[in-house]
Amino acid sequence: MTALATPEFEAANEKQKRRRGLLLALPSYLYLIVFFAFPLLIVVLYSFATRNRFGGTDLSGWNLDSYARLGEPIVRTILFRSLGLAILTTLICLLLAYPFAYFLATRGSTIRNVMLVFVMIPFWSNFLVRNYAWRVLLGNDGPFSQLTEFLGFGETRVLFTPTAVVIGLVYGFLPFMILPLYAAIERIDGRVLEASRDLYANGWQTFRHVLWPLSRSGVIAGSILVFVPSLGAYVTPEILGGAKTTLLGSYIVSQFLEARNWPAGAAVSFVLMTVMLGATLVYFRSGGRNL
Amino acid sequence: MTAAVEISDVTKRFGDVVAVDNIDLTIADGEFFAMLGPSGCGKTTTLRMIAGLDFPTEGSLKIFGDEVGTLPPNKRPVNTVFQNYALFPHMSVLDNVSFGLRMQKVDKATAAARAKESIELVQLGGYEKRRPNQLSGGQQQRVALARALVNEPKVLLLDEPLGALDLKLRQEMQGELKSLQRDLGVSFVFVTHDQEEALTMSDRIAVMNEGKLLQVGSPEEIYERPANRFVADFIGQTNLIEGTVADETTIVLTNGARVAAPSDHAAGTAVALSLRPERATLTPAGAVEAADGRTSVDGVIAGVTYLGNALVYDVALDWMTIEVREENRPAGDRPSPGDRVAVSWTTSDASVVV
Amino acid sequence: MSVAKPRGATNTALGLNAFVVYLFFYAPILLLVLFSFSDDNIVGRWGGFTLDWYRDFGENDEVQSALSVSVRVAIISTLISVVLGTMAALALERFRFRGERVFDALLYLPVIIPDVTMAVMMLIFFTSLDDLIGLQVTKGFSTITLSHVAFSISFVSIVVRARLAGMNQTLEEAAQDLYATRWQAFRHVTFPQIMPGIAGGALLALTLSLDDVVITQFVAGPGSTTLPVYVFGLIRRGVTPLINAVSVVMLGASITLVLLSLLAQRARGGSDPVA
Ligand SMILES: Nc1ncnc2c1ncn2[C@@H]1O[C@H](COP(=O)(O)OP(=O)(O)OP(=O)(O)O)[C@@H](O)[C@H]1O
Ligand SMILES: [Mg+2]
Repeated sequence: MTALATPEFEAANEKQKRRRGLLLALPSYLYLIVFFAFPLLIVVLYSFATRNRFGGTDLSGWNLDSYARLGEPIVRTILFRSLGLAILTTLICLLLAYPFAYFLATRGSTIRNVMLVFVMIPFWSNFLVRNYAWRVLLGNDGPFSQLTEFLGFGETRVLFTPTAVVIGLVYGFLPFMILPLYAAIERIDGRVLEASRDLYANGWQTFRHVLWPLSRSGVIAGSILVFVPSLGAYVTPEILGGAKTTLLGSYIVSQFLEARNWPAGAAVSFVLMTVMLGATLVYFRSGGRNL
Repeated sequence: MTAAVEISDVTKRFGDVVAVDNIDLTIADGEFFAMLGPSGCGKTTTLRMIAGLDFPTEGSLKIFGDEVGTLPPNKRPVNTVFQNYALFPHMSVLDNVSFGLRMQKVDKATAAARAKESIELVQLGGYEKRRPNQLSGGQQQRVALARALVNEPKVLLLDEPLGALDLKLRQEMQGELKSLQRDLGVSFVFVTHDQEEALTMSDRIAVMNEGKLLQVGSPEEIYERPANRFVADFIGQTNLIEGTVADETTIVLTNGARVAAPSDHAAGTAVALSLRPERATLTPAGAVEAADGRTSVDGVIAGVTYLGNALVYDVALDWMTIEVREENRPAGDRPSPGDRVAVSWTTSDASVVV
Repeated sequence: MSVAKPRGATNTALGLNAFVVYLFFYAPILLLVLFSFSDDNIVGRWGGFTLDWYRDFGENDEVQSALSVSVRVAIISTLISVVLGTMAALALERFRFRGERVFDALLYLPVIIPDVTMAVMMLIFFTSLDDLIGLQVTKGFSTITLSHVAFSISFVSIVVRARLAGMNQTLEEAAQDLYATRWQAFRHVTFPQIMPGIAGGALLALTLSLDDVVITQFVAGPGSTTLPVYVFGLIRRGVTPLINAVSVVMLGASITLVLLSLLAQRARGGSDPVA
């Protein structure tokens, strides 16, 4: 056996390594092509197709009608309502989570770990169940209403209103805001805050000019992690919202399961996906690393 | 006797980067061999090629006469002590050390027994059950050593093994490594940044720069007769006094002074005289006349640095500044800044480098 | 320790906020648990202690069959996606190969894409298989499992990749230097090192599978649906004490899973609980 190194051997060796990599990737690669990329492609195709009279879809006579529908008042209202609620949810989460994350980051390690575990529990708990809990809580004559009545505010009817939806969304996604914020604030070198105070900044100025910019990556990551699923939410508005609070998710589902207008549903889903891809790209651009 | 490692015309390219540029190197059996050079010069790459972790782009690489250039690492009779030890964090010391034997299908009992011996050898008896993260840096270093040595490699490769240790421990380990190598009689190929370490420990040193091998020789050869300016400057401190070769025995310095310095370069070649600070002698101006074979230049003390056991004088000549190092002496007895002095040396104190 | 503890009023205000957040997190859950033991047909009213609703849960055939589908789908889809996702992570972290960037992007998409879009994709896909290649697919157990694997692979591979990236690659070289073959190096060094990542990925896949409503609803068939989809259908018709009991059981399962994983992490010496 001769084992003399040559450029040819090096090239062949390199090639073999590449082949090994590809082989390792291949099962999941193929799986994702068949069960993800291909379905995605079909959705895009469907969005350009026409609904026929029987509720089926004709894959011919391609047109942009389904996208044109996005301009219709009903769809537009739903679109803006969804955007509005998603933004509102994100802001409320930020307002609650920022001080919380700061508080968490400034505790000793034992307290911090315990507190973190109690954030992780709702984070990992069944999402449907957590929404259902609010349905019970906010129901007519439910515990919440009883509480407000007891406190003298009278009966409250929150269930099936946009407020209930926002409460549910905040409840569902708050941990997604807390965790990246905590990670960002925890990384900050405390001496820069002291330096800021030393240089005559008051508490607010220190927050505004030092803490906030340094924790920006966490703010962006958390905001996207909350905004994106809020915009596409389906379960929460279905359980806590009413007929007047139809959001994008429910609209899409109804196009498929009720109206049987698949092209319209496909077009809206595609647009929704594009918005989320855009948001995610913004996140990566701004220096975020992992979801 | 066959060489332990024989590298001929080996080149390693990573894309456009030439990490190792056509080197020839022979390492004898039982030799303590150091590889020295600035960061990125190709030391690690050379070591990795010997270990089989990288394959040469071209050239021949033999271990005890067998061509091994393209043999994978697990089929080579060499072992490595990695830079940050690379101990397996999920295994005990014993499992780390017996790993190589177990992979070679040595039966469990024998492997454990030999691993224990090896652990004793590096004086870590009693630490068998610990995990690497429960050991100090020095202890981890010993485990890495035991883990390699237990396999009785024909050549042991060490990549900056002492780099992560503090000075005291480092000096202690230098002595231990050296005596271990002497007892075992195995060749050690040792990569280091630290020239003092290379000088004190090795039988021979290879100096590399930018992928090229500049000089191979005993510590004394390297220090006393550097092959070129780079080696002269990289190993220890030196004054490089520029000049031109006049004939076989003389060079002309920048200021026009003719200095006795034998060299085999053609007349007219630009060269430098490498003069170690401790080889230069400092005398008050005019006190010593230039004797036969002794060169003397005049200057003024520009500064003194106090080193405790020594003093370093910066002597300003007309055209450059020279460092002179002398043993410490009482304050009243030292030249002070502004004093006129003469710096002198003999032919054998300086060497000519290109 | 990074940022210094704030003093005085600021600290109190922050503490109060933290208290409110925890109250917000836990009050609904605790009340739900409480009412699941309430002997009253109206949900959210206390009528004395009872275990009747849990007995109903045990005796309700539809709930039991949905539960069994859920558990089987979760286990099988987790097993498949852990194997595929780990292989993908290894390929991307340790090798260069053709099509690598496309694969990397493709692997991220299922994480980003909204549930609803993914649901639509899977529905149209399985439906149009008949039109396209004449393959008739019955929606049910297999379509649910296939869809769950399609999103879980990505989550597993992200978690395992993070772990692989944090692992010192020299360890694998050290193993090979110590006479291990490539397979032995993986088996004895790489695999034990990335095990926490694989376990984390598995937990994530399991949770996602047990959580999913939207996608499953689109690809489930009559007679084979998962527990969340079944419960979701019930909730839309109105709240009942039975749903309370089912919910508490589901909640208990998720919390048990997390606590077990946290304990396992603690036992191993613990890294951060997020990944
Ligand atoms: N896998 C690789 N891919 C591309 N370039 C590489 C690779 N390994 C090494 N190099 C390059 O080869 C050159 C030599 O690297 P090498 O690691 O051998 O240096 P070194 O002498 O060990 O340096 P140091 O003292 O810093 O460890 C460097 O320029 C390095 O960037
Ligand atoms: Mg190196």
